[in-house]
Amino acid sequence: MGSSISRWPNEKPPEKSYRILGHWFRSRCSLGFLYWFAALLMIALSAFLTSGIGSFDTTYDVIWRSWAAPLHPQWAEGIDERVRYIVVHVRLARICLALAVGGSLALAGAVYQGVLLNPLADPFTLGVSTGAAFGASLYILFGWAGGHFWGMSSLPIAAFLGALAALYLVYALGRVDGQIHTTTLILAGIIVSTFLSAWIGVLKSLNEDSVSTIVFWVMGSLSGKSWGHVLLVLPYLVAGGAVILYYARELDLLTLGDVPAQQLGVDVQQIRFRLMLAASLVTAAAVSVSGVIGFVGLVVPHLVRLGLGPHHRRLLPAVFLAGAVLLLMSDTLARSSLPNGQELPVGVVTAILGGPFFCYLMLHRKKYLQL
Amino acid sequence: MLSNASSKKIPATVIHVHDLRCGYRQRSVLRGISFDVQQGEFIGLLGPNGSGKTTLLLALSGVIPAQSGRINVMQQPIFQVKPKERARRMAVVTQDTAVHFPFVCEEVVRMGRYPHQSRWQLEDAQDAAVVQRAMQLTDTETLSQRLITAISGGEKQRVSMAKALAQETPILLLDEATSAMDIHRKLQIFRVLRHLNQEGELTIIAVLHDINLAALFCRRLMLLKEGLLVADGQTGRVMTSEILQEVYDAEVLVHEVAETGKKQVVFLP
Repeated sequence: MGSSISRWPNEKPPEKSYRILGHWFRSRCSLGFLYWFAALLMIALSAFLTSGIGSFDTTYDVIWRSWAAPLHPQWAEGIDERVRYIVVHVRLARICLALAVGGSLALAGAVYQGVLLNPLADPFTLGVSTGAAFGASLYILFGWAGGHFWGMSSLPIAAFLGALAALYLVYALGRVDGQIHTTTLILAGIIVSTFLSAWIGVLKSLNEDSVSTIVFWVMGSLSGKSWGHVLLVLPYLVAGGAVILYYARELDLLTLGDVPAQQLGVDVQQIRFRLMLAASLVTAAAVSVSGVIGFVGLVVPHLVRLGLGPHHRRLLPAVFLAGAVLLLMSDTLARSSLPNGQELPVGVVTAILGGPFFCYLMLHRKKYLQL
Repeated sequence: MLSNASSKKIPATVIHVHDLRCGYRQRSVLRGISFDVQQGEFIGLLGPNGSGKTTLLLALSGVIPAQSGRINVMQQPIFQVKPKERARRMAVVTQDTAVHFPFVCEEVVRMGRYPHQSRWQLEDAQDAAVVQRAMQLTDTETLSQRLITAISGGEKQRVSMAKALAQETPILLLDEATSAMDIHRKLQIFRVLRHLNQEGELTIIAVLHDINLAALFCRRLMLLKEGLLVADGQTGRVMTSEILQEVYDAEVLVHEVAETGKKQVVFLP
């Protein structure tokens, strides 16, 4: 039973044996390969260039020799051990963390927008980020921060639970007669987010020493982060990212709406649930090391969609890379624009960069935003 | 259940509905409906607003569950069929064709291949050929690189139809699928559907508001009123002024047009 009886008249299906790897590569990957190669090269280049910027002056020659030292120890000869430490363990770690956090937030934003059919959705506007920050600060307040989970720090798990709680609350509030509306959902997200921000303030007042500064949680910062933090996010990012990429095709179909997606054979309830979990996990991992950073998840997917179209198999990796580069740039500005080694919170920089772009969308593309 | 369903002489029952009650929350929109559909039928589903036509299509496609009763699609209860397999048996074109993301039309049509693709397999030559053929049949090739968000309602419906044809299913359900098209396009699409129905044994159930269009192309009509099946039979037998008057609560004249041999309806003011 199936397609054989419905085969169109006078039409023989083409031979299926045609699918060989060579054909596959020729038809889809020849340009794709170049494109990804260029994107990765751009990431490496921007990491290299931003390494040279900051309150501690160094030359690109020193940087590149310090980076290459693990491959060939002689290259690092003549470089002060202290300088090498700053270049590799302070700056490069922070750069990698910025890339990971930025990519995560943008990826999560793209998923929320696709799954909820809501152009205003992102980890911040849905309250997920603040929920994660709340979960993490609660966890630190109770002094469980040394806890481990399968050998990994369990801080992101606490943030994940906070994120899910916030998301559930927003969903419950944003539902009107069983329907989810674009604007009510975002309104609910902002209410929950503001409310939880206040509670983070309370937690901070309860214990001045352990919970980091409010500015860190609410505006985000990558200051003073090490390779340890990179390793903290990475497993969760890889796990969540894998789930998201696994369902990239389904994301395309979900953007048609629930009923059409179901009629095309997508198990809508189940796949949406898994995608929301994965996006929240990725967000929570990012927030647990960086605090709440807004606008990256909102703006980057729109920007990339304008260029590449909404096809998620192509869109998602590009969104990750673009988010990574955007946050790296923002963080470089955050740590270098003030004199005397002072830093801006990186969330301030992303808001300053992202705000005007979003104003443009609001003013000129209201239809696109479904407002 | 028919044991000789696979035999070639006797057409197989592709849809079997028995005493179906179905609706939203506590309310039943359909209040006990039974019918069978044989392979290769072309059925028009008519009835006034709120009579349960759309609900019936949603139930048949497994989107909303039955409150009681039975729906079998190809000898299997619909809720036992996995989503992907369901989409290989039955394609649906709904009235609402809004797409909010700026896909190009060809990408939308390609989504119709989803139920035939395994996870790690990208599109192959057969998928491409089927998509191309579906776009030929619906005359949407010229739209293939246009954005779905930037074309007219009638054009969207043609793309939507192409997507459903790309699913290559033995059953096709249409819910006012041509409502935004002009008369020329409507006839064109229905001629293609008739061709697929007669040559390819595609089973079609079409919800229509236009009774005359139904009379031209459907060989069987089912009339719904207030959640009950009021009339069900060959188009010529069901198209009587008595039956239509009862279903639509309006004065009706039914004429046979000599040139086509088909009955047509005129509502009296």
